Amino acid sequence: MSSSFKDKLPPLGTLGPFIALLVACAFFATQNERFLSGGNFSLILQQVAVVGVIAIGQTLIILTAGIDLSCGMVMALGGIVMTKFATELGLPPVLAVLCGIGVTTLFGLVNGLLVTKIKLPPFIVTLGTLNIAFAITQLYSNSQTVTDLPPLLTALGNTFGIGDTQVSYGTVLMLLLYGAAFFVLRETAAGRHVYAVGNNAEATRLVGIPTQKVLLGVYVIAGVFYGIASLLSVARTGVGDPNAGQTENLDAITAVVLGGTSLFGGRGIILGTLVGALIVGVFRNGLTLMGVSSIYQVLVTGILVILAVAADQLSRKGAR
Amino acid sequence: MNAPIVMQAKGLVKRYGQVTALDGADFELRAGEILAVIGDNGAGKSSLIKALSGATVPDDGEILLDGRPVQFKSPIDARRAGIETVYQDLAVAPAMTIAENLFLGREIRRPGILGDIFRMLDKKKMLAESIARMQDLKVGIRSMTQAVETLSGGQRQCVAVARAAAFAQHVVIMDEPTAALGVKEGNMVLELIRRVRDKGLPVVLISHNMPHVFEIADRIHVARLGRRAAVLNPKKISMSDTVAVMTGAMRPEDIPQECLA
Repeated sequence: MSSSFKDKLPPLGTLGPFIALLVACAFFATQNERFLSGGNFSLILQQVAVVGVIAIGQTLIILTAGIDLSCGMVMALGGIVMTKFATELGLPPVLAVLCGIGVTTLFGLVNGLLVTKIKLPPFIVTLGTLNIAFAITQLYSNSQTVTDLPPLLTALGNTFGIGDTQVSYGTVLMLLLYGAAFFVLRETAAGRHVYAVGNNAEATRLVGIPTQKVLLGVYVIAGVFYGIASLLSVARTGVGDPNAGQTENLDAITAVVLGGTSLFGGRGIILGTLVGALIVGVFRNGLTLMGVSSIYQVLVTGILVILAVAADQLSRKGAR
Repeated sequence: MNAPIVMQAKGLVKRYGQVTALDGADFELRAGEILAVIGDNGAGKSSLIKALSGATVPDDGEILLDGRPVQFKSPIDARRAGIETVYQDLAVAPAMTIAENLFLGREIRRPGILGDIFRMLDKKKMLAESIARMQDLKVGIRSMTQAVETLSGGQRQCVAVARAAAFAQHVVIMDEPTAALGVKEGNMVLELIRRVRDKGLPVVLISHNMPHVFEIADRIHVARLGRRAAVLNPKKISMSDTVAVMTGAMRPEDIPQECLA
């Protein structure tokens, strides 16, 4: 009887992240009057852009019941490749950027091939490529920061004004990418097949969907997103940083999980991931404004992740 | 009982190393019937079904569909030829809606640019067709937009059967569709299988459950030692004699003529 009413409501897993974000914003607004300003929100969005774009790729992979531990390190390598190619090799900036994205895509392809062809668990594969990407980044850059970049590489860090608020082009790009991912996952057969593979890979194969191609495609596309994140990271910091990506690596997974996507695959919405990334960003920003030491921010993030996974686990039990 | 033959297999052989799973098996499915396939473990029942559904490629012998020879390299080939298979282990995507499950792998795109370039799905059309198909089969499920995981096991299997019936042009194969279900739920699926047959689609039903077989089968194909031991008429033969044929306690040549079908 009451179930027909319950059907119409989105499940708690979908609404939870939005509520958590609103509660966090309300709390920090009471703590510091600067929190609710347009400039501060724009800053949060800028801070979130790199993690946010990595997390799109991560969401795709987690929807297929996989995981990518290498995302941040691959992103760092992409940044080093595009900055070194543009400065030392003197490649035209556009070509250098494409080479950087090509390298991250290649890492996605390698991850995907190892998962689909050799059937290795994604956790182990990406733990391996995490270290490989880190080592190549350090070796190729000599652990040196790449500076004196051509302006095109940092163009996404430029801003334009909406009223009094300065918004970066990188923020706009991130929002556009979320819009595109939302559309593909929700409105196209390819997107629905990503969910189907995560839900029941065997049943999906039996209805005639090439599940291995879907999986491989997801890892490759995730690599493209990491490459775009490389460019955003370079644009934000203004340098090619061999030590980039170290917090983003786990922050991206955190954003996905906080956004309500199930680590067991097949459930979740991409906009939840954006909200998850914003929750992490809002907590960092809000706690900084309150003058709380950054180590407590890490502590809070850890607690949030465990709460989100526990909520996922409990809601799955309830569904069965 | 002399309806045309829809699907036929002649002298199928399948060996796995030293083991001969199929040793010259024959098979005939007629239009508009429910043909039960029974057999002890190792009788070649599942190898036969796998060959018919494209899950394995037989080493020898031929399969005819509407009189024309066909060769299935994969379940996808069989599906393209109009043969749909329902598996016992509830082969659905639980978190997706009933409508999405019905059209999984066969999605309908929007007409025009939205569909051709943006690859946009026509969710309204798929929903409307889902409702029509389910009403056609008298499956009483309220909403096609609810997730399959909100359904009972029997209802989930009804979704799988409805999907097969909706897309099969020639044959529906059901591999132990009621094995994972309780009594009431099993009966619900049996009723649905009967309606699929009544709509004109022949059904191959693999089952261990003798009461179910006797309740709905028009003919019973008994597999034994990699061959077809006999085809029986469930209206004439008793359940215990059927089991005797299946286990080898009764030789096929001792079966009374009127019990054969």
